[in-house]
Amino acid sequence: MKHLLDFQAWSKGSLENILETAKVMADVLERPVKKVPALQGYTICTAFFENSTRTRLSFELAARRMSADVITFNSATSSTAKGESLQDTIATLEQMKIDCFIVRHEASGAAHSVNKFSKAKIINAGDGRRAHPTQALLDAYTLLQRFGSLEGLEVAIVGDVRHSRVARSNAELLPKLGAKVRLCAPATLLPKELEGDGVSTTTSLEEAVSGADAVMALRLQLERMNTGYIPSLEEYRSLYQINAKTIQLAKETAIVMHPGPMNRDLEIEGELADSSKSVILEQVKNGVPVRMAVLYHLLVGKG
Amino acid sequence: MKIEIKNARLADDSSRDIRIKNGVIVTTLSGEADVTIDGSRYLVSPALIDPHVHLRVPGQEEKETLETGLSAAVAGGFGSIVCMPNTSPAIDHPELVQKLIRDAEALGLARLFPSAALTVGRNGKHLSDAAALQKAGAVMLTDDGGTNEDAGVLRLALEYAHALGLVVSVHAEDASLRGDGVMNESATSERLGLPGNPVAAEAARIARDLEICALTGSRLHIQHLSSARGLALVRDAKARGLPVTCEVAPHHLTLTDTMLESERFYCDPVLKVAPPLRSATDCAALLEGLRDGTVDCIGTDHAPHTAAEKQHDMKIAPFGIANIEITFPLLYTRFVETGKLELSRLIELMTTGSAKILGWKPPSLEVGSVADISLFDLQSTKTVDSKQFKTKARFDSPWQSEPLRGWAVCTIVRGKIVFDAR
Amino acid sequence: MRNAEFKARLLEPDDIRRAITRIAHEIIERNKGAQNLAIVGVHTRGIPLAARIAQKIVELEGVKVPSGKLDITLYRDDLSEVGLQPIVRQTEVPFDISSRRIVMVDDVFYTGRTARAGLDALIDLGRPSSIQLAVLIDRGHRELPIRADYVGKNIPTSRQELVKVKLLETDGEDAVELYELRGEVLG
Repeated sequence: MKHLLDFQAWSKGSLENILETAKVMADVLERPVKKVPALQGYTICTAFFENSTRTRLSFELAARRMSADVITFNSATSSTAKGESLQDTIATLEQMKIDCFIVRHEASGAAHSVNKFSKAKIINAGDGRRAHPTQALLDAYTLLQRFGSLEGLEVAIVGDVRHSRVARSNAELLPKLGAKVRLCAPATLLPKELEGDGVSTTTSLEEAVSGADAVMALRLQLERMNTGYIPSLEEYRSLYQINAKTIQLAKETAIVMHPGPMNRDLEIEGELADSSKSVILEQVKNGVPVRMAVLYHLLVGKG
Repeated sequence: MKIEIKNARLADDSSRDIRIKNGVIVTTLSGEADVTIDGSRYLVSPALIDPHVHLRVPGQEEKETLETGLSAAVAGGFGSIVCMPNTSPAIDHPELVQKLIRDAEALGLARLFPSAALTVGRNGKHLSDAAALQKAGAVMLTDDGGTNEDAGVLRLALEYAHALGLVVSVHAEDASLRGDGVMNESATSERLGLPGNPVAAEAARIARDLEICALTGSRLHIQHLSSARGLALVRDAKARGLPVTCEVAPHHLTLTDTMLESERFYCDPVLKVAPPLRSATDCAALLEGLRDGTVDCIGTDHAPHTAAEKQHDMKIAPFGIANIEITFPLLYTRFVETGKLELSRLIELMTTGSAKILGWKPPSLEVGSVADISLFDLQSTKTVDSKQFKTKARFDSPWQSEPLRGWAVCTIVRGKIVFDAR
Repeated sequence: MRNAEFKARLLEPDDIRRAITRIAHEIIERNKGAQNLAIVGVHTRGIPLAARIAQKIVELEGVKVPSGKLDITLYRDDLSEVGLQPIVRQTEVPFDISSRRIVMVDDVFYTGRTARAGLDALIDLGRPSSIQLAVLIDRGHRELPIRADYVGKNIPTSRQELVKVKLLETDGEDAVELYELRGEVLG
């Protein structure tokens, strides 16, 4: 594959291959020498037009673990603040012989548009509300670790679905791998149009969580209250918080997930996030091998 | 200058010789014509009239100047255009109107008829000096781009303008329903995660404005109608006898919101327009509106921006499309050639229809009429290439590379050839 | 496999069995027994070969020799070997290699680049006291200064040829075959 922009062009087989490779990468990270020369001589640029230190660090570590050279572009400290276009910025960076851009942008489709004017490989590290494919892959990997297979798994994703690229990418990826996704949010934050093969929507937390194998809480941006999407945080908490009580509706073996960063005791109860049901830290940990696998496949594969 | 168009083929398929002298169509020329045109090869029509153009002057000359905008107009077969007042500063002062007319006259391209701001600074609050603006040459009042949120102010403005015989046109979108929408609210917008602007924003606002129209009995023109629902409201209002007219823009007839999901235009702001591109069903309904007379005219809503601005992302790139040079060939090729629209109706929509909005008498090729005439080549095929546009807005066109027929080959304004590509 | 035409069968099952037995003997002799020894096979066919050698050593010495699996994909320097979808397999070396004598096993010894990658991969796992190389077939054409310590059979070949090792565990039969490559041959 040339790029990872979203999962549209990705077959189930290629996705499974990435997840298999991620297992090998995870082994590498357990060794005394946590590094392989696989991407020696490649130059990777994290081009972040929107701040996300966690995602950027995860990508950069993944690249370095495979001996790639990494340069970092942050628009907050660079020239887009002065009005330089995305195209000019990428064109400038590309002169530095970049093999792969990892693009984060607040606008949907930004990674796709980089593809129009760059010959490099492109990984979408989050564009607007649209997609965050490596987050979904690491979620799938985490599920795979726990359950061995995604076939038939019921995954509830609860929270601000409307504004969530994580929800959209998981709704695209998990059904491809055999899981079913239940999107759950207050009606104002739940676009029904996301329903499709293996994806259902509901405003009822009970319906979403009942019998689920995994429950993922999404971060609730506090500004959603000011913009009128929800009446109050109290009401949201009482209806949609994932906590010890609501998780009881799920299967006994159910795991609790969160893409981070968490609002503790808002969308998720802090104690539950720290409990043995929680795989939230595993998700963070799994980000590195999954991103190593993605980088390796894009850069070394001939597709 | 004396011009003779021999065997001019008209929209109704009849043909005749047209002679022009001193800016007027005459019966005979005394002596030889300076220019003789073989009209049998072309469609000859009164020059097109566009009631909705953004010329960006004054204040945004990086996007368009009078010269580039008016050159683009005549290259598209337009002899007269109405420019919008959402400039910097807004055209809300008689001197600005006069200066625009004067500067345009000096260029001698298309005739320029400024519209003026309905409210001071287009703030939607205080009525502008409509009588003075009219006297200076303004032919329409509008806060286009602004959405006249205060219904009370719009009511007063309609009453005031009506008494002057000035048409008020509105950009009918409810700002709070539109929100920060950058495209039509639809399954596509939800999949792309782009903020949506629902049809309801347009329909609700049209419904409100039609009530004000009914209340005041004043002339109201609805700009760039984009949805089937909005059109249905206008159709009902016309049936009730309200003095309402409406226009449709070429992009709303030929492009859809789902194109934003296509490989070629994925989240591409060249498709970012206000109101947004809608569904294929809406396109079909608007076409029906052209046929059944609900739609009165075509307004291009030519809205130039710099390429750099349009290269930004969907969120920050400005709304607008450059289309004035291809509107006639586009609609001719897409609709007339395919039998969906009569040629005479398309010409009517782009000449008589526009004139009617402005309260002008219908343009004509009869002896004694002003010699504003356009010639179109219905046979030769040329592909759209935005790089060749006369407008400054040469950014990627949604119709790039589309083979079209019906390109303007010669535009005559005031009896002078102002565009010639024969 | 690229367009290739069968030319000859070079080894029969018994030949392979005898070669493995001989290699096992040589390993024991060279290392003065099997103490502190471990056998690591390189994916794909080095792995069953390593297992057979380890088994033979147990039979001969009565000492259990740990064996492991090495995937060298992430250490390759010739990415032309990688297809549309790179397949990266798990490295399973379930013992500490530090201070052990490691015998790395592969099926065909050719340019030496796989062996080079294998050495790097092994060294990243720890610090063995020595690494030795055992191969079933040495077909020549080395591009790196590396030699094998144990060779089942030397088979001089041309670069236009391809040596195919088949093993019961991976291919359903034991055999070594020679093919002639057709069309474009990559350097």
